[in-house]
Order: sequence, then structure tokens, then C-alpha cells
Amino acid sequence: MLIALLVMSFIALALGAVLGFSALKFRVEGNPLVDKIDAILPQTQCGQCSFPGCKPYATAIAAGEADINRCPPGGEEGIRKLADLLGKEFIPFGEDTAAPKPKSVAVIDENTCIGCTLCIQACPVDAIAGAAKQMHTIIAVECTGCELCVAPCPVDCITMVPLPQTLQTWKWQYPEDAQEKKAP
Amino acid sequence: MFPPFTTQASSVREIMFKVLLALLPGIALYVWYFGPAILVSITLASLTALATEAVMLKLRRRPLAPFLSDNSALLTAWLLALSIPPLAPWWLVVVGTMFAISVAKHLYGGLGSNPFNPAMVGYAVLIISFPAYMTHWLAPQGLGQLELNFMQQLGYIFGGHFPAGVTVDAVSMATPLDTLKTQLHSAHSMGDILQMPVYGNLGGKGSEMVALGFVIGGIYLLANRIISWHLPLTFLAALFATAGAFYLFDPAHYAPPLFHWFSGAAMLAAFFILTDPVTSPTTIRGKFIFAAGAGFLTYIIRVFGGFPDGVAFATLLMNMCVPLIDAYTQPKVFGKKGEQ
Amino acid sequence: MRKLHTFHGGIHPAEHKLESSAQPSLRAPLPQRLVLPLKQHIGSAAKALVQAGDKVLKGQLLAAAEGMLSAAIHAPTSGTVAAIDFHAVAHPSGLPELCIVLQPDGEDRWLEHAGFDYRALPRDELLNRLRDAGIVGLGGATFPTHVKLNNAQHIQTLILNGAECEPWITTDDRLMCERAAEIVQGIEILRYLAQPADTLIGIEDNKPQAIAAMQQACAGSGIEVVVIPTLYPSGGEKQLIKILTGKEVPSGGRPLNIGVVCSNVATAFAIHRMVNHGEPLISRLITVTGNVKSPRNIEALIGTPIAELVQLAGGALEDANGYIVGGPMMGLEVTNAQLPVVKGSNCIIVKSDKLFPAPPPALPCIRCTRCVQVCPAELQPQDLYWFARAKNLGKAQSYNLFDCIECGACSYVCPSNIPLVQYYRFAKSEIWANERDKEAANLARERHEFHLLRIEREKQDKADKLAQKEKAALAAKAAAATQAQPIPSQPAQSQPAPDPATVSATDAVAIDALRAQVREIAHPEAKHTKE
Repeated sequence: MLIALLVMSFIALALGAVLGFSALKFRVEGNPLVDKIDAILPQTQCGQCSFPGCKPYATAIAAGEADINRCPPGGEEGIRKLADLLGKEFIPFGEDTAAPKPKSVAVIDENTCIGCTLCIQACPVDAIAGAAKQMHTIIAVECTGCELCVAPCPVDCITMVPLPQTLQTWKWQYPEDAQEKKAP
Repeated sequence: MFPPFTTQASSVREIMFKVLLALLPGIALYVWYFGPAILVSITLASLTALATEAVMLKLRRRPLAPFLSDNSALLTAWLLALSIPPLAPWWLVVVGTMFAISVAKHLYGGLGSNPFNPAMVGYAVLIISFPAYMTHWLAPQGLGQLELNFMQQLGYIFGGHFPAGVTVDAVSMATPLDTLKTQLHSAHSMGDILQMPVYGNLGGKGSEMVALGFVIGGIYLLANRIISWHLPLTFLAALFATAGAFYLFDPAHYAPPLFHWFSGAAMLAAFFILTDPVTSPTTIRGKFIFAAGAGFLTYIIRVFGGFPDGVAFATLLMNMCVPLIDAYTQPKVFGKKGEQ
Repeated sequence: MRKLHTFHGGIHPAEHKLESSAQPSLRAPLPQRLVLPLKQHIGSAAKALVQAGDKVLKGQLLAAAEGMLSAAIHAPTSGTVAAIDFHAVAHPSGLPELCIVLQPDGEDRWLEHAGFDYRALPRDELLNRLRDAGIVGLGGATFPTHVKLNNAQHIQTLILNGAECEPWITTDDRLMCERAAEIVQGIEILRYLAQPADTLIGIEDNKPQAIAAMQQACAGSGIEVVVIPTLYPSGGEKQLIKILTGKEVPSGGRPLNIGVVCSNVATAFAIHRMVNHGEPLISRLITVTGNVKSPRNIEALIGTPIAELVQLAGGALEDANGYIVGGPMMGLEVTNAQLPVVKGSNCIIVKSDKLFPAPPPALPCIRCTRCVQVCPAELQPQDLYWFARAKNLGKAQSYNLFDCIECGACSYVCPSNIPLVQYYRFAKSEIWANERDKEAANLARERHEFHLLRIEREKQDKADKLAQKEKAALAAKAAAATQAQPIPSQPAQSQPAPDPATVSATDAVAIDALRAQVREIAHPEAKHTKE
């Protein structure tokens, strides 16, 4: 009994020492996990996850403070990738999270715009060009579709327009198969 | 419609049907040597399987027609019925089949998604839950102390009672494999044991002929390319090699390899159970590993385990390894052969 | 006899070649209208050089190759450009594409053209002429030929693909029967460009007439006609190379990586027409077969509507229900008979339920591995299906999804009738889309980081400026105070003293700017309170 206790405590001590040593020896500077998570997130910077941007959300996930199912623009594939990276189970979108929408870009109605610059300040990726009292316009290729400019507009001149399908963005459809069709 | 617009006329139904067809020689010989009771259990199992399949499909909201007619439930039923003693109360085969279809097949996602061979799961459940019923096998005709006619057998299967004065031990006997084990325990030598009337030329009297029937069916399946040779031949080779090694080591205590081939469910396993595509590996190397493991484990469980036969547990244990085997035996694809 | 090699798998679908291969080919009359998509090839669309209303001659350049990977488009006949507009094309998306619509004038008047001596031209110039003549691979992939040959010099083997393994299609067969000598002249040009050690023509043994014709035409030229067993997809580029040379094109690579260039016999014919006759690629041979009265091959102008070709083949029979553009294994089903044929269209099959019955509903995969047995890319189709169906794209990719050539052999043998290829296409296009998204995300991340940096810097600048202004204001005050005191010891001013009025004026401007800045800084808060 005593020997068993001693052996076990010795093993525990030895392993602890190894762990402690390797923690010092193989210390990683910075937090590469945050970057890996950030690489999966779609970078819309939309804040739908309740964090002020993708990086803060990535930091929160890495710290274990946020679930991986809070990013609607990333879609289910995004959740799956995060689950893979973190060795977690796939979880569907939470009920408090907005449903994923088709990718859209913001469009400013140039007749209504009063040039207040509020949307320019709201845009997280500087994709709106314009100056005070000048009409603004959105650089469509740089717009992430985050919708953050929609709310600040005092004259409601910004609308979200789903991206039209082109030959470049066209995708083969998921085959409808009989086994997925449920009998009535 | 998706390309290709032309396809080969083949279907799951046809494949399963041919497997059922291939079982017929074995079944015919079974009837010849052991009487028609097996037909009763096959019928019972088939009806139960179809009914359970229908209920499960309904519960899972899947269309009935394509799945009920794919013959896969029937195949499970036949394999299970062939694995358990024919002279058993009706509920034994019914419970086993229901478990096989509902739990082992449908709870895992139905056709194509079950990791374990449903018939073997049914067998395992029965032998663990009702070991007493699972050891009373019919004696081959001419060997039992007395023989029941078909009506009397039906009376036992459905009524649960023998004619007055008859006990279960009088009409049934242990399987050749069981006899071997108990006789070896009572310190008889292998040579003497194999001279007992229950043994035939290769394995058990009668049962060796049934095994031969399964071989004939297996050859039919191989010829029709329903199964590939990798699984059956590797399994038989592994069983032969393991048995041969032990036999060479101590012929007085270990049965010759051919005996292991032709007793128990070895041939049924080689051609019909291991070859279930759903629960076996898809890569060629994987098939070798899987079947070799099954052959080895079958021998080990038979000789050193507590169960009458090792096929079912060997199959289930190897089924468990299939995803792993597949993942680690991926072949090199076209244009990547030079890569390390 | 050359030693033939084999590739893994392959299938033997019913050939259905005799229907159309026995008839001599027919030259189609001028169609009512020609529709020429600007993108008929792999790469970027050609750039239109004409405008609606322009009169053009046969063979005139209508659209020039744009960018590195592109090919030119020419007028198949003389006439008027009716429009340059979006028009339905044979594309699985069903999306319209930019097309030049040409109204033939019926005169079929050629632009002045003539052949030239290619041996007198520098290699680059010859390749440029191939590009300007719009020559692309006519086997179906439509890869611009000048790009393929660009780095192909002193290669080991030049392979001419006359295998034509897909059922129903017989264009290469007919072309080899009827134009063997001209094909060989085209091959000579290819040999001049690529300088191969060996030149081989691979033809499946179900085309004895074509084999005989080619053998006769090749006699004494050093070109070897190799008869290969009929097995689908032996006409796949990688498969044919394996059969003839035993070498495998590396995954993700090109035949050139192993010293091989592979070209279709019809492409060689087109090169011959261009070089020796000065004719750009404006027509091609097309098999029209299936549910038509008299299946045959038709030499049609690029841009001819499907309907006119079907009419030339005797018209569709009564139970026709659509068309397959391409072969039955890899083709595309369309219903619109007004779609134009393009450079890559080698076959039009009129469908019927009898010839192409709809498959029964798909059942689950039972892992029977028949697909593994036939897969020419040596993949595990059942695993790819499993991952693609679960949308587990990363896993599908790591199981070599992109080595799939979409030949359809797996679906052909699948007892569960699963549309496997469709799953692979779905998975591939999802992965491509994800890569595009990834690029967009990286751009957005960069811009966001810059945005944050900018805000930070502006804040800093403002704070600095504020501090500076305060300092300046203080200094100005101090200066004003000292200036108020008379300095008698400075009678002679070497420098004019700053005028107090101007100082105060610049100050006022600065303060105004400061106020504006402060307002700007305060703006967010103001916005919040407003909300």
C-alpha cells in the first residue's frame, strides 16, 4: 500500500516536472491559436457574434469565452472548420444568432445621400469613398456585406443588395437525393 | 438528370438477391442433414425482419417501397437464422432479428450506415442473453437419441413443449466445436475425439456438408463478381495458418486446420458475413488486414474463449476497426505514386 | 508492336457508334443566324472588336484573345453583326453569356486568306498565328493550343488522341476516315513546333476504318498509329498517355511535366486548315445522333443552333425529350434547341426516355466498391461521396477529390444509382468558392487592420496637434506679452516683426480647424446620444 502510494506520487511528481519543464522550454510567444481561428473567420467585421470584429471574437473563442457557433457569415462550414481546429463537436447555430444570409454588398442611393460621412466612419474596412457634404459611394469589391453602415445612415439611403450570380461565382448544386426526401 | 446519362443495369436489390440465392445450396443441405426446422426459423426471421424494417422506416420517415424491396433485411434475417439453433422457441429468432434490424441497422442510420454486421449483432445479443437456448443444436439425422417429426418440432418451437417424456437433451446435442472443447477438458486425446460419431470426414457430421454448400454459394458469388476473393481467401488462410500453427505445436490438443474450416460458421463467415460490404473495409490492403484479423480472432475465441463459436465476435471486433483500417490503408492515386 | 500499358479500372458501356459512323459526313448549309459566345475556351473571354451593324467577311476576326489564356473568335460566314448581347449558351449554370450574333448575308464571302510556309516563320510567330486563328483543343476541353505548345520543345512524345472512347460520338472516327492525309499534315506542324522524339496516334480498336486510313496516311512519316483496346475512358488525356507510354501525369500537373504533349486529331486538322489554307477555326465536325431519323456527322459552322443540325440529321423522332451536348458520360443535358454549338461541341444526342431512361431513385451507398474497381484515377469514390455528401470539403480534398476527372465510370456502375459525379462537382465548386472567399477575407482583414491603424494614428495626430496648438497658443500669448513691451535696444530691425493682426488671423484659422477636429472626435458620442 505504502509502496503503491510512493510510486504513484513519484510518477506524479516526475510527470509534473516534465510538464513544467516543457512548458518553459517550448513556450510559444503570442497566441497562434487566435490567428488560426481568425484565419477561419470570414473577416466581415460585422459584429453579429456580439464581439466588435473578427479578431476579438477569435480571441474570445481561444480563451474559451465564446461558442464557435456565433458567426453567421461563416456559415455551417465555418463552424465545422472551427470545430475541427479546436477538437470540438460541431454545434448548429444558436437561436440568438442571426441566420446566414446570401452574400450581399451595400449600395448607397446616390440621390438620397446627404454626405454626412456617418457610414464612412462605420465601415470597418474603409470601403466607402466620399467626403463631408459630398455624395458617398461604396467600393463594391471591398465591401464585406457587414451591414454596419446601414443603421447609422440618417436618411436610410443604404440598402443591402445580394450579389448576383455570375459565371465566376456560379456553383454546382448539391444533388437532391432520394434518401434525403422524407415521405409525407 | 445528371451525367452519366447511361448506367449499367445493376441494383442493390439484385446484389442482395444473388447473395440470397447463393445461400440456397447450404440451406438445402441443412434441410437434408438436419431436417426442415431451419426453414421455420428462416421464415420466422424473414417475416420479423420485413415487419421491423417497415416499422423502422415509418418511424424514420423514409419511403417504404425502395427499402423494403432491397432484400437487405431478408439477407440479415437468413444469416441470423442460419447462425442460431433451429430448434429453439419462436421468440428467440424473433427477438434476435428485431434487435438486429432495429438497433444494429436502423438506429445507426439504416442501409449502408451500420458499422456492425446486423446479423452478428443479433447473434451476439442472443448468445449473451439466452445462452442456454443457443447451445441446443439439432443432432444430424441418425445421430440423436430420438428424432422428432416436423409436427413435433413445430410444437416445440411454437408451444414450447416436447412430447411427453422427451427432454431437450434427447433431441439435441452440442456442436462439434463444443464437444471438442468439453472432451478435451475431460482429457481425451484429439485422435479419439475425432473418432466420435458426431464428427465426419472434415468437421462435424452433416455440418461439414452444409459448410460445403456455403462454399458452392461462395463460388457462385465470386463468379458473379458480387464479392471479391480478398476477404474469403484471406480469412480462410488466416484461420488455416493460425490453426495449423497450433496443430503443429501440439496435435494432441489442437484440432487440425481443416477441421476449423469446416466446423461452425467459418465458411458462412468467409463468404457471406465478412463480405458484407457495408461493414468491411473498402481498400484492398484493408480487406487483407480485416479478414486476417477476423480469421485469427475466430480461432482464438473458438479455442480459448467461452463461446461455442468465435465467428460472430471476431467479425464484430474487426467491424469496429474498419474506419481505422480504411483511413490507414488509402492507396496512392493516379499521378501520386512517386510521392512518399 | 508497341508495348501497351493499362490504366486502372474503366468500363465498357454500350458503344452506339455504328448509328452515325457509317454515314459520310455532310456539310451544313448556312444557318439562319449564328450565335458566337465570346468564351468558347478555357481561360478569359475574347474581346469583341466589332460592333452591332458592322459588315464582316467570312474568316474575319470578330474578337481577339485577351490575356495569357484566351483564344480569338472569327466570323464563320459573311454577314452583319446583328448584336453583341447576352444569349443562352450550353453551360450547366443556365446563365446567359456575352455573344456576338451574326446575321449571314448568304454570300459566304471569304476574307482574303492564304496558307503560308510555317517552316519559314519563327516559332513565336507561328504560335501567335495559332492564337489569332482561335485554335483550341477540339477534344472537348478547349484548352488554347498556343498555350499548350508554348513551352513544349524537344519533348519526348507527341500523342494524337483519336481514341474517342465515349459512346455515341464518332466525329474523330469520321474525320480520320475522310481527312486522314490532312490530319497528318496538321500533325507535321505540331511535330515542327514540339520536336518530339516519338509521335503516336492512339485509336481504339472499334474504329478499323479510321485505323486503316490513318495507317495509310502515316506511311513513311515516322508517325506511329497505335491501336488500343476499347475501354472507357481511354481517350482521357491522362489515361491515353498511360496506355501509350506507361507514364502517369503527376497529380495536379500537366503532360508536359513528363515530356508529353497530347492533342486531339481534330485539333491537328484545324491547325492544318489554318496553316496551309489560312482558314481560322470557324467550323467543326459534330456527331448528331440518338433519337433522330438519320444519325450522322455534320460539318457545321461554329454558332449554328442545335435545332438546325438536328433537322439535317433527319429531324428528331416523336418521343424526343431534350438534347445532350457532348457524350452520354460527361455531356450536358439541355432543352433549348436554339443554343449554339461551340468549338468544344463534338456531339449532339437527341434524348428519349427509351434511349436514356431516368435512373431509379438513389439508394444509400452500400460501400460495394464497384466504383473503386472502375475508377481510372484510382480514387476511393465511395469515400469522396461520403465526404461530399456531408459537405466535409477539407476531407474530400485530402482524399484527392481534385484528381477526379469526372468521367462518370463510378456512377455508371453504382448499384445504388447515386449521382456521384454531381457530388464531386458540387464539392469542387464549393472548394473553389471557399478559396475565393478566403482571398476576399484576407483582403478584408488587411483593410480592417489598416482601418484600425488609421483610426489609432488619427487619434494620436489629433492629440499631438491639440497639444501643439495649446503650446503654440501659450507661446503666442507669451510673445504678445513680450511684444507689448517696447524694446529700445533694437532700433534697427533686420527682420520685420510679425504683424499682430496677421498673427491673430492665422490663429483664428488654426483654432477653427481645431474646433472642427474636436467636433469630429466628439462625433461618435454625439451620434450615440442621438440614438
